[in-house]
Amino acid sequence: MARIIVVTSGKGGVGKTTTAAAISTGLALKGHKTVVIDFDVGLRNLDLIMGCERRVVYDFVNVINREATLNQALIRDKRVDGLAILPASQTRDKDALTKEGVERVLEELSKDYDYIVCDSPAGIERGALLAAYFADDAIVVTNPEVSSVRDSDRILGILAAKTRRAELGQERVKEYLLLTRYSAARVQKGEMLSVDDVREILAIDLLGVIPESKSVLQASNAGIPVILDKDSDAGQAYDDAVARYLGENRPHRFLVEKRGLLGRLFGT
Amino acid sequence: MKLLDYFRSQRRRSAAVAKERLQIIVARERTPRGGPDYLPLLKEELLNVVRKYVAIDPDAVKIRLDREGDCEVLELNITLLPEAAAARSSRG
Repeated sequence: MARIIVVTSGKGGVGKTTTAAAISTGLALKGHKTVVIDFDVGLRNLDLIMGCERRVVYDFVNVINREATLNQALIRDKRVDGLAILPASQTRDKDALTKEGVERVLEELSKDYDYIVCDSPAGIERGALLAAYFADDAIVVTNPEVSSVRDSDRILGILAAKTRRAELGQERVKEYLLLTRYSAARVQKGEMLSVDDVREILAIDLLGVIPESKSVLQASNAGIPVILDKDSDAGQAYDDAVARYLGENRPHRFLVEKRGLLGRLFGT
Repeated sequence: MKLLDYFRSQRRRSAAVAKERLQIIVARERTPRGGPDYLPLLKEELLNVVRKYVAIDPDAVKIRLDREGDCEVLELNITLLPEAAAARSSRG
């Protein structure tokens, strides 16, 4: 049985797809067979971030409608063994995803994979609800910014009430906070919510803090999950997050600004 | 240095303000999820009791549960319609 992880946030643009790409790649790098599914029907983007946009032939909705087999639709990653991508459909039909269809595809994937990562669309509509519905674990991607934190809290409410686990009265979905676009320098100046502030408000376990980093845009420009950029701070932070998810105890890095000479001379 | 401190305190305030605003709004929006689920029913029954004696608009009843330190405060707020208030005073 595969473990199903939803990468969600409520708010758009906080780094869900970047995170889904990085976490799924990281899990596969650790030797776990992993598939990452794009639930953003109509606004497919995971394929671009994973760098496989030109290899898309069939998509998630084709598989649900039995127009293609899973085998035909899955794109095997060329860089990392045991990693596959199931792209979203570009259809404008909002009802293309059905609960039964999604369940059937997840069940089938469950036989071959250790982890199924569901990249949720923004918002709290059908695609987002379905991405979360079957989840065992949730990675709640949050920026240290008021609207993102509030939306994350709304999503936590949905995870507690509108998932299969909640409806069946099973053990609740395990929620992890992933704080992205974090600027330690701005936190130190009091301009940005700190990791402790956000933890205090959302009250869930911290999976990792991803620093604001040029490498994230460079990675998406190139279509290479940022976790593969092992020299970058963001790549290392994602690597830590994956290791923590798998039970390793790694100290949090990138929480303090590295100061240059000038900063050390004139800072307080 | 004074000038620098001034700007620094202004900035420090913006994250603190964000945190405070978030704590308030999140607590309020969480109430239906974290709070007791008897509130809607309680509201309905209270409404029916009050209606026996005075005419009230169903929307004029506000009920909320707040936390003040260790205490939970159940606040009930019923606005009587002007005509209802007038009828009552003429009767009395």
